[in-house]
Amino acid sequence: MTPDTILAVFFCSLAFFVFGGIAALILSRFNTFASFWGAGVAMGGSLIGLCAVSAGFAVGHPFQSVLRIPLGGFCTLHFGFDPLSLFFAGITLLLGFVTPLYGLGYLRAHDDGKPAGPHWFCFNGLLAGMLLVFLARDAVGFLIAWELMALTSLGLVLYNHEDRRVRQAGWLYLVASHMGAAALLLFFLMLAHDRGGFAFSAFMAHRPTGFAAHANLLFLLAVLGFGTKAGFMPLHVWLPEAHPAAPSHVSALMSAVMIKTGIYGLLRALEWIGPWNPAWGWALIFIGLSSGLLGALFALANDDIKRLLAYSSIDNIGILTLGIGIGVLGVTYHIPLMAAAGFAGALLHLLNHALFKGLLFLSAGAVYQAAGTRQISRLGGLFKTMPRTALCFLVGAVAICALPPLNGCVGEFLIYWGAFKGYLSNPTAPIAPLLIAVIAGLALIGGLAVATFAKTFGIVFLGEPRAPLAHAPRDPGLLLIIPMLILVVACFSVALFAQRVVSGLSPVLTQIAAGGGAAPETILPLNALFRPLTLLATVFALILAAGLALYLVRRRLLKNRPVAAGVTWDCGYAKPTSRMQYTPASFAQPLLDPFTPLLNRRIFSRIPRALFPKSSTLSTGSSDLFQTKFFIPLVRSLNRSMNLFRWLQTGRVQIYVLYIVIALIGVILWSFH
Amino acid sequence: MNLLLPVLKIIPLLGALLAAPLIPGLINKVKAAFAGRRGPPVLQLYFDLFKLIQRGAVFSRTTTSILSAGPLLSLVSAGFVLLFIPWGPLPAPLAFEGDLVLVVALLGLGRFMTVISALDTGSSFEAMGASREVQFAALTEPSLLLILLALARMGNSLSLSTIFTALPPDQFVACGPAILLVGIGLTIALLVENCRIPFDDPNTHLELTMIHEVMVLDHTGPDLALILYGASLKLWIMALLLANLFTAWAAQAGVLPASVLILVALGLVAGLIGTIESITARLRLVKIPQLLIGAGACGILALFLLSR
Repeated sequence: MTPDTILAVFFCSLAFFVFGGIAALILSRFNTFASFWGAGVAMGGSLIGLCAVSAGFAVGHPFQSVLRIPLGGFCTLHFGFDPLSLFFAGITLLLGFVTPLYGLGYLRAHDDGKPAGPHWFCFNGLLAGMLLVFLARDAVGFLIAWELMALTSLGLVLYNHEDRRVRQAGWLYLVASHMGAAALLLFFLMLAHDRGGFAFSAFMAHRPTGFAAHANLLFLLAVLGFGTKAGFMPLHVWLPEAHPAAPSHVSALMSAVMIKTGIYGLLRALEWIGPWNPAWGWALIFIGLSSGLLGALFALANDDIKRLLAYSSIDNIGILTLGIGIGVLGVTYHIPLMAAAGFAGALLHLLNHALFKGLLFLSAGAVYQAAGTRQISRLGGLFKTMPRTALCFLVGAVAICALPPLNGCVGEFLIYWGAFKGYLSNPTAPIAPLLIAVIAGLALIGGLAVATFAKTFGIVFLGEPRAPLAHAPRDPGLLLIIPMLILVVACFSVALFAQRVVSGLSPVLTQIAAGGGAAPETILPLNALFRPLTLLATVFALILAAGLALYLVRRRLLKNRPVAAGVTWDCGYAKPTSRMQYTPASFAQPLLDPFTPLLNRRIFSRIPRALFPKSSTLSTGSSDLFQTKFFIPLVRSLNRSMNLFRWLQTGRVQIYVLYIVIALIGVILWSFH
Repeated sequence: MNLLLPVLKIIPLLGALLAAPLIPGLINKVKAAFAGRRGPPVLQLYFDLFKLIQRGAVFSRTTTSILSAGPLLSLVSAGFVLLFIPWGPLPAPLAFEGDLVLVVALLGLGRFMTVISALDTGSSFEAMGASREVQFAALTEPSLLLILLALARMGNSLSLSTIFTALPPDQFVACGPAILLVGIGLTIALLVENCRIPFDDPNTHLELTMIHEVMVLDHTGPDLALILYGASLKLWIMALLLANLFTAWAAQAGVLPASVLILVALGLVAGLIGTIESITARLRLVKIPQLLIGAGACGILALFLLSR
């Protein structure tokens, strides 16, 4: 297929989303039909889009395809695609194919007479918005798509709008995404002013060969604008509120793909601004380390399973930002191996995170649906009643902890590899201490992730139920299980075919690195990564085989032997009760204690006193440091300072007419000037 | 020679699989000697494993299949780590640029599985051990990676198989302080990874400082055998790394002399662990993170010395 045909196929898939979504809205009255219709067009559109993506990757040579749509004399919208947008569109459409199926089952089980039409309208709108973000080839179209994405996802977050907390989360999300959009508006205006046009081709054509004027300011604006969407640490506050508030398939889509549009924007911005400043690599690594470490700590401290997953998304965004930072440093310091491994690791981790975080959100949603609570401390022993969900969650947990034999390990391995190579290439360079910090930081993030997911899996699925549930939990139906299974298979396949994935991504990687001012003849040495990746995959396959073999041996050993069942021995407690089990808070306490001030942890306790003590309680909670200590006071003081202007608003019409007259006179005077 | 090499590379692996349970036996002998006892025979662990393999099993009704998946996968992961550990000048059966990162990840897999299989029992006692295990692991992993980075710097390679042979004998002395620091860091990592004193006590689970032993309280029969065997493999792995480090000066001397040296060094490591266990007390739990961070500091200091 020629690039132009592929673009046409993309528009075909967009038409599915747009017209299908509108039809779902119109069909709202026939509820069941509208939901089947809405989910169906989302899946169909995604499937068509996926065909376009695979055809795009098959083209094989560098390509640019651009479609111009003139909007009267006002401006012209440009659409097109290149390897970078293909990669992101592919991930989006994959999740766009999987999640509607789940959503269909999920919303049906929650059926409370709510019209499904508006939900599916927003869902299709979100998919269209994301796809348009990746296809847009000028700033105007990009910002329109960006806004479409923000508003439709707001509509999805507000699905349970009767709940006050959901409305609050939606409000916070709306404000945060527009703060980000404001930074982006400024970014694009400055860029368009410098380069003489809003089209991306103009940005690229007038790219400075040397260090651009206000390049640092542009970079800062891009980090602020795109970082808000991606969830960089101090800008993340909307994320842990909005993700738990949305229905689970929406949380999966938002966490797996939508926040990645921020990363897409950042990579684009790096392409436009011009030759990179090494300081940006440093900045990205600091952002990555702070998002990674704090995100992992907040995740560990949380008791709400979906909030925990949202914080863990921040931590994973941090990890992949580390990868991008290493890539940027590799390009600017001319260490090709480091650049290749950093960017390859970042992209691979991005793909992996979409897969395993999608899986984790979907299985957490199944738990929420079955048990009626998201609080980890009230759950327990679900493995026995929901074995399929438990195994899916376990796969996701092992993957997100970056452990073999799953895909999470491969991406992080490449980032480590890049940092090690960069260090060894020149151990006395000024970046050497930074790389040491990256290695230690990544390991600490990994350790915290292991603690978080051992806690979550162990407490939710293992042991005994901790609190009585509304009804007996059981595995969800096929509509929910199949999407999870697809993601499980995808996780395993990326792990086992990592080398193919990376070599398939080579046009994307070359495009990113070329943006840094790396001369075109220095191609990224991706071949150096292939042998480690192949061996990694071999070891993963062997581990699976060896585990299976040992399992068979063990079963053979126990075949004709007495196998008894009893209570947990536990050094001889005769009658253990489920209330004697460890709580998630106690499990996390030793690791969290040193970070108490950072986590804003509060401990509520009523200590037993006197000779015959009455009941005593102990509970801990933590709230988001940046929200409570920075944003809320900031907004409060802003409100207070606005009070100073209240005397302007008297409510009398005469005064307002006076304002108009003063304004008119002012304008007339200024026009004479 | 080309035909012989793959066969030769397998021999240390088979040797490790057969001889790993000897190390705990040696350690116990040393400890007994310090205490003036005769102590259990060196082959005691073999007897235990043999006995456990023949037993049936008892499972708690709370548990699921995770309980038995834990020991199984932690043994598998230890076995795969062994594939990447060289034997002096003889490269490991599997080697590639970056295998040292995979080794850490594999150890992590074993730990994760042990932890969730402890949580599977629903006992607060075992969960307490699990909680401590993840705490110490989160601090050990950065330290271990920094130590490995120092090793990589010494051998200018990301593969364990070439690191130890890359150091020319004349530079061994010049790098002496750094090697010593890396050795100290590795020893600390060995002690905490294998739950030895001063971090943990392999002999008992009944004190509140216990970590590893308490996690495996509810494993019986063949599962317990898998755990004990896996633990001895892990001990062998770390001891072999130390032995490789301190015999790196003889790497050019040929396989046979180097092998003899490594065997002696392995014995010495067992003696060292036994001595440490005999003459030190367990650390208070709050002090353990400091020592773990200290191991990381050893790595950073070694890097600093090497980059001067």
